[in-house]
Amino acid sequence: MIWVDTIVQGILVGGLYALFAAGLSLVFGIMRLVNLAHGDLIICGCYLILSLVNVLGLNPFLATILAMPLMFSLGWALQRYVLNRTLGDDILPPLLVTFGLSIIIQNALLEGFSPDSQRLPAGALQTAAIDFGPITVGVLPLLILLSAIAVIVALNQLMYRSRLGRAFRAVSDDPITAQMMGIKPATYFAVATGIAMIVVTIAALYLGLRSNFDPAIGPTRLIYAFEAVIIGGLGSLWGTLAGGIIIGVSQAIGAAINPEWQILAGHIAFLVILLFRPRGLFPRAFD
Amino acid sequence: MNIIELSGLSKSYGKLKVTDNVSLSVPQGQALGIIGPNGAGKSTLFNLIAGNTVPDGGTISFFGQNVARASAKERCRLGIGRSFQIPQPFTHLTTFENLVVAASFGQNRSERDVIDICADILERTQLIDKANFVSGQLGLLDRKRLELARAMATAPKLLLLDEIAGGLTDGECQALIETIQSIHAQGITIIWIEHVLHALTSVVERLLVLDFGRVIASGPPDEIMESREVKEIYLGVDI
Repeated sequence: MIWVDTIVQGILVGGLYALFAAGLSLVFGIMRLVNLAHGDLIICGCYLILSLVNVLGLNPFLATILAMPLMFSLGWALQRYVLNRTLGDDILPPLLVTFGLSIIIQNALLEGFSPDSQRLPAGALQTAAIDFGPITVGVLPLLILLSAIAVIVALNQLMYRSRLGRAFRAVSDDPITAQMMGIKPATYFAVATGIAMIVVTIAALYLGLRSNFDPAIGPTRLIYAFEAVIIGGLGSLWGTLAGGIIIGVSQAIGAAINPEWQILAGHIAFLVILLFRPRGLFPRAFD
Repeated sequence: MNIIELSGLSKSYGKLKVTDNVSLSVPQGQALGIIGPNGAGKSTLFNLIAGNTVPDGGTISFFGQNVARASAKERCRLGIGRSFQIPQPFTHLTTFENLVVAASFGQNRSERDVIDICADILERTQLIDKANFVSGQLGLLDRKRLELARAMATAPKLLLLDEIAGGLTDGECQALIETIQSIHAQGITIIWIEHVLHALTSVVERLLVLDFGRVIASGPPDEIMESREVKEIYLGVDI
């Protein structure tokens, strides 16, 4: 029974990794942009929520709703004024620019908030749990997984059931032809990054509620997000959820065997999948 | 009235003049065919008209408005529609979605407003059975049809067709010709680049010969086909 419990806890943690990864997956899927500052933007979101909680005395969930439009604007402006200029045939400029951005964000947070580790106040939610027979599930981890599923469903609805989503997919397939059909790629790239930042804000909320954060932990979140995206198959949102869960479960199993193996087990699972399914579990057709 | 007038249009890549002082005008409703050897600058001319390439000099007047510096998106909204020589469908979208995107964004309409229009175009271009196929799965003929259908979905007043009949069998070509004839009969102005001459001459009222980026002849198809320039280019006859 301890194994069932381990796997369930792993799946729940996987929800958080999927949330880290969903924004990355969206941006990569639409504009083939690898955003190395993604993890730092999540941490940036944590501090934004924390500031709103502290200054306005809000509950973290309310603060998150307030933070969403701010993060959307940040993402929109970042794409519109910086990242769009880096896109082209060469993949190096976006990597360099987002790498630099990662350093800038980390140092700005360090300057503004000190290196002390922080946490969002979760109140009673911190310890609330539900008993399912022999297995006890924390309410917060369950909420995280359900939120991750909700985010993936919402993004899929957006991509496949809306005018905006069809524009995203058209631009993703062929930006030059899209322009001839009246779609200006730069505009839609900016909106896409804005939407990715809304997902980042949700990820930031749960990261901050679940664990401590400080300005330096962004890059590690980026690695988990990357692994989840690649395991799932580039550009597949459901694949990203599966990828997050696979990493979560691997880590939980690794930790159950030996606590030192927790992080390592996740990376090994990633490498094994990369070895046997180099394009991920659910690759897009016709790439 | 001329729907489009090119005047002194030029474009060079390095020392190579791909479009050399081209001037031409097309009356509204006319179907104009453009022929010329490979590398004559035919596709570049379309790139210039559709807004994929910025000219070095000259003007492109569309309904009296100079659009030489306008973006491809603006020209699409004004009514310039284009099909590509090598079909460029949005491969992850279904055939129907390809049209919906083009119709909706091409003229800034809601999806609800364009659904019937798109279904109608699919019917006319014999794609209705493949409406829900992901377009990356389509064969060459259907991709060519989709190029035409998608260009039509943007509600063009001027339709640019780039070698749409190339690579098709005679039967397939005939079906495509009939579709293009019906589009022409609807009053849409067409400029058609094509190597398949019988397809071209069965639709167009005027032929224009392009070589080394210059217009070297223009007139009724019969005359042009009999002309020295065309014989030189197509038959290799040195007269």
